[in-house]
Amino acid sequence: MFDDFMMRASIAGIGVALAAAPLGCFVVWRRMAYFGDATAHAAILGVALSLALSISVFAGALVVALIMALTVNILTGRGYAMDTLLGVLAHSALAFGLVAVSFLSGIRIDLMAYLFGDILAVSQTDLMVIWGGAALVVALICWRWSALLTSTLNEDLAYACGIDPKREQLVLTLALAVTVAVAIKVVGVLLIAALLIIPAAAARPLSRTPEGMALVAAGIGSISAVTGLRAAYILDTPAGPSIVCVAAMMLFLIHF
Amino acid sequence: MNLVSVENVSIQYGANTVLSHVTLNISAGEIVTIVGPNGSGKTSLLRAIIGAVQPQKGRVTRGKDVRLGYVPQKLHIDPTLPMTVTRFLTLPRGASPSSINAALEQAGVPNLADAQMSRLSGGQFQRVLLARALIGKPQLLLLDEATQGLDQPGSAAFYRQIEAVRRDTGCAILMISHELHVVMSASDRVVCLNGHVCCEGTPEVVASAPEYRALFGSGTMGALALYRHDHDHHHHPHDHGHSHDTNHTEAAE
Repeated sequence: MFDDFMMRASIAGIGVALAAAPLGCFVVWRRMAYFGDATAHAAILGVALSLALSISVFAGALVVALIMALTVNILTGRGYAMDTLLGVLAHSALAFGLVAVSFLSGIRIDLMAYLFGDILAVSQTDLMVIWGGAALVVALICWRWSALLTSTLNEDLAYACGIDPKREQLVLTLALAVTVAVAIKVVGVLLIAALLIIPAAAARPLSRTPEGMALVAAGIGSISAVTGLRAAYILDTPAGPSIVCVAAMMLFLIHF
Repeated sequence: MNLVSVENVSIQYGANTVLSHVTLNISAGEIVTIVGPNGSGKTSLLRAIIGAVQPQKGRVTRGKDVRLGYVPQKLHIDPTLPMTVTRFLTLPRGASPSSINAALEQAGVPNLADAQMSRLSGGQFQRVLLARALIGKPQLLLLDEATQGLDQPGSAAFYRQIEAVRRDTGCAILMISHELHVVMSASDRVVCLNGHVCCEGTPEVVASAPEYRALFGSGTMGALALYRHDHDHHHHPHDHGHSHDTNHTEAAE
């Protein structure tokens, strides 16, 4: 059944949606939407480097996304203004990435494929990487769930329970970097943040508990992935943006 | 045996020293109130006790396996985060339905288990925070200006609830407050803090200490006397702020 490219694309989309849902909830709750953006934008630099060094795009993107996420983590801990910092880092990383790609003579790179994803070209190996990464992220979030949630509510409350909120923040940062790296193929670096935030935001009015919100977000994300792909196939539109469009429309319908 | 010992602790944020050479011991079952003006390091001291800040000098030691219950000064729950009272009470380690009900009962809000946190009034919210602190059956309850945002009858009712908790569970209580006249009367010991310990002792001793008067003046003296005896004939109304609480507070003014 993995022979059919549409089937592979759907399974890849669902994988990313499942990982993005619980993580996206934390991104929304902790108001770190731009953090996701910054990490994702930095990944294009990772793409350029991995092409230059002939290593896997996944590995390159993961490493640069990790470095980016950790840098932001450390600098905000030192009291720099978060929004300025993210604005500077995200866009300079994207700019350096785009410039770096232009230096790669000899190889013709379809930059669009990395900016907006190329989900229809997902191979069986990609599928394994995506589901492996997604499983890792979901396992990590499930394991740390209570501690993460307590830290999100209030740092001092977490300390009083013997939880170190800085360590939990690090867990979230790692999970974000992994998600960005596996989602590049599916929606591309420009739309990853949308896949994190939109299903979570859409799930909010339908949920009474944090766990409920994560599950509903996973459902909305998966439906968006499958429906978006179907729509892209029928209407001959780009797949990644179509997925995001479906998610946005679902959010609109739920809220109004 | 001390539940918590703070020994000669100094805390700095950058070049700014907020606490210097503070020593404080809390033993089982006592109510200790920390008073001090804004910026006197009250919250920093509490944060050092829960382990949220590491003192640059001195040390904080907790007795082996001492259970802490912490009621923070402010708790902002982001509106994007759905949270029922029950779910909030089970963070982070879970709790049985019976202990949830018992804690809500003890905090004076027995019927709120299924409510959304975002729908609670200020008084209910503080009591749910108290219930959450009580759910682990703490030996030491830490309250950081727990009545912030409550009106005077509301905070008076809240403090009576705290006294009832101490009476029923025997846990020690360490609290911070601005509302000196309300709090001091309920305390076994008052510590007056202003970067260092200015003076400490029973409420009477502190209220008449020259160091305390230098910081706060003597305007709360009368109120202190009024509040010393008014807490044993009250039962704990579920909703704060109405009926018979009011006249005491007015008398305090």
